[in-house]
Amino acid sequence: MKLRASGLVPFMSLALLAACSQPSSSDHPDVQPAASTAHPVATATPHPVAVQRAAGQVFVPPAESSIPAGPLGDVIRQGRAIFTDTPSHAKAYVGNGLSCSNCHLDAGRQANSAPLWGAWGMYPQYRKKNGKVNTFGERLQGCFRFSMNGKAPPLDSPELVALQTYAWWMSQGAPTGVKLPGAGYPKHGFKPPQPPDYARGEAVFKNNCALCHGADGQGQQVAGRNVFPPLWGPQSFNWGAGMHQLDNAAAFIKANMPFSRGDTLTDQDAWDVAMYMDAHERPQDPRFNGSVSETRKKYHDSPMSLYGTEVNGHLLGASAGEH
Amino acid sequence: MSHRLLALLVVILAAAPPLARATDAAAITRQGNGKGAAPCMACHGVDGGGQAAAGNPRLAGLDPAYLQKQLDDFASGARESAVMKPTASALGEDERQALALYYSKLPLPAALAKPATPMPAADSVGAVLATRGDWSRNVPGCVQCHGPGGVGVGAHFPPLAGQDATYIESQLKAWQGGTRHNDPLQLMQHLSKALSAQEISAVAGWFAAQPLPPAGATP
Repeated sequence: MKLRASGLVPFMSLALLAACSQPSSSDHPDVQPAASTAHPVATATPHPVAVQRAAGQVFVPPAESSIPAGPLGDVIRQGRAIFTDTPSHAKAYVGNGLSCSNCHLDAGRQANSAPLWGAWGMYPQYRKKNGKVNTFGERLQGCFRFSMNGKAPPLDSPELVALQTYAWWMSQGAPTGVKLPGAGYPKHGFKPPQPPDYARGEAVFKNNCALCHGADGQGQQVAGRNVFPPLWGPQSFNWGAGMHQLDNAAAFIKANMPFSRGDTLTDQDAWDVAMYMDAHERPQDPRFNGSVSETRKKYHDSPMSLYGTEVNGHLLGASAGEH
Repeated sequence: MSHRLLALLVVILAAAPPLARATDAAAITRQGNGKGAAPCMACHGVDGGGQAAAGNPRLAGLDPAYLQKQLDDFASGARESAVMKPTASALGEDERQALALYYSKLPLPAALAKPATPMPAADSVGAVLATRGDWSRNVPGCVQCHGPGGVGVGAHFPPLAGQDATYIESQLKAWQGGTRHNDPLQLMQHLSKALSAQEISAVAGWFAAQPLPPAGATP
C-alpha cells in the first residue's frame, strides 16, 4: 500500500476500522467527545472537562492527599512514582525515555487522557490486539512492550503490583463495567473533515508543538531526563503502540495538546499533525516477523496505521530500530 | 618569523569582533551605551544576580535567546515595563545580542546558590501547584515545562529557581493582567488567569526556596 505525503488517500475506508486488528472499542472505551465545542483561545471560557466536572458528569478521583499512610499507601505512592517517572522507577522494563504520564496526563487522573479510573473497571476485557481476555495487569504489560518499547514486567512483579494498586486506589467509587465519560481518548465520532495531510501537519507542528517537542520532535531533556517527550525516533514509542494509530493520536492531541491548551486546535489540525507525527520512523514493532508487508498485513491492516506504507518515498517500518 | 607574525595577526583579527562585542557588552552593563540605555548593573547587580528586594531578576546564566527576546519585547511593548522600554529601545540589535550573550555566560552568583527561605512542605499550596499543578483548571505543574526544580528548559522556559519571589510574583501578575503578553502559545496568560493572588504568592515562594542546582525534583 502506497500513500502519498500529500494526502491519506484510503481514508474512505474509515468504516473498516470496526474490523481492524486494533479496534477502538475494546482498547479504550468510547465516550462523547468533549471536543465538540472548541474554544479557540478564549482564556476566560471554562474548559469542557471543567464544565462536565461541575455538572457531575465526570468521575473525580480521590485527592492525592488522601493516599493513606502505611504499607498500602506506600505501594500506591510507589505506583504513582512509576507512573510519573517510569525510566527511573521501572528501569528494567523500559526501553525508551517515556513515562506513562506522557500520554496519561496529571499522573493518570485527567479525563479524556485515558485516565486510570476509566480503564480499571473495564478489565478483564477481550482484546482483538492479542485475541484473548486480558486482565488489567496484562493490559499494563502491553504498555511496557509497546508504548515503553521495553519488556513486560511479570504480573507479580513489584512494578505491576504497584501500578495496579495505584489504579485501584484512584478508581475507588467509580462504577465498574461501565464506559465512563472522560475514559480513553475522545475518538468516538471524531473524524477528519478532509483526509489528514503531511504538509499541513508539518505546519501545525511547527506552530504548536515544536516549542516543547523541538523542531526535530525529539523532545527536550534536562540532566538526561525528558522534560518534553520525544514523539518519534529511537527514544519514543514503537510501531506496536496505540499512539502510532492516527485515530488515537488525533483524539489525544485534540483533547490535550498543546500541553494545558487542549481543545484549541481544530479537528483538522489535530488529524494533520497526528499524521505528521505518525509518519516518522520509530522503533520496530516487537511482533515484526521479518517482513514489513507481512507484519503490516498481520497487525496493521488498518487505514489508521501508516506502518508499511510509503510516505515521502520512505517505507515506514523498513528502517525501524536502525538508529 | 614573518609568517608566524602574519599568522598571529590573522588570529588576532579573526578573534577581534567577538572580543570587541564582549567588551562592549561589559561596558554597557557598567555605564550604559551613551545613547539612552541605562547601565544594567544599576538594577541587575554587578554579577547579574538581580536585586531581590526591588524585584529585579537575575540575568546571569539565562538562555541567550530568551534574554534577547525579552529585550526585543521590551522595545516592542509585548512585555510592558516603564523602566526597561527606554533602555531596550536605546539598544541596537547588535548590542541586545551582545548583552544577552554576556549575561548568559556569567556564572551563577554565589549568593544565589543557597536559597534565602526554607523549603515549603511538599503538600503546601505552592509545592503542589509547582510540581503537579491543578488540572481541574488546566493548570500544569510549573516544573512540567520549566524543568525539575525550575532549572529552566531551552530558550522558551526560563529558570524560576534562583529568582526572587517578588519577581516571580510580579510576572505572574503581569501575565494575568495583560501587561506581559510575549508568551508562546499564550501558555502563561492562560494559566495565570486561573490562579488566585494567594496561589501566585505561594508558588513564587516555592521557587524562591529551590536550591541551585536542584536536588532531582520530578517534572
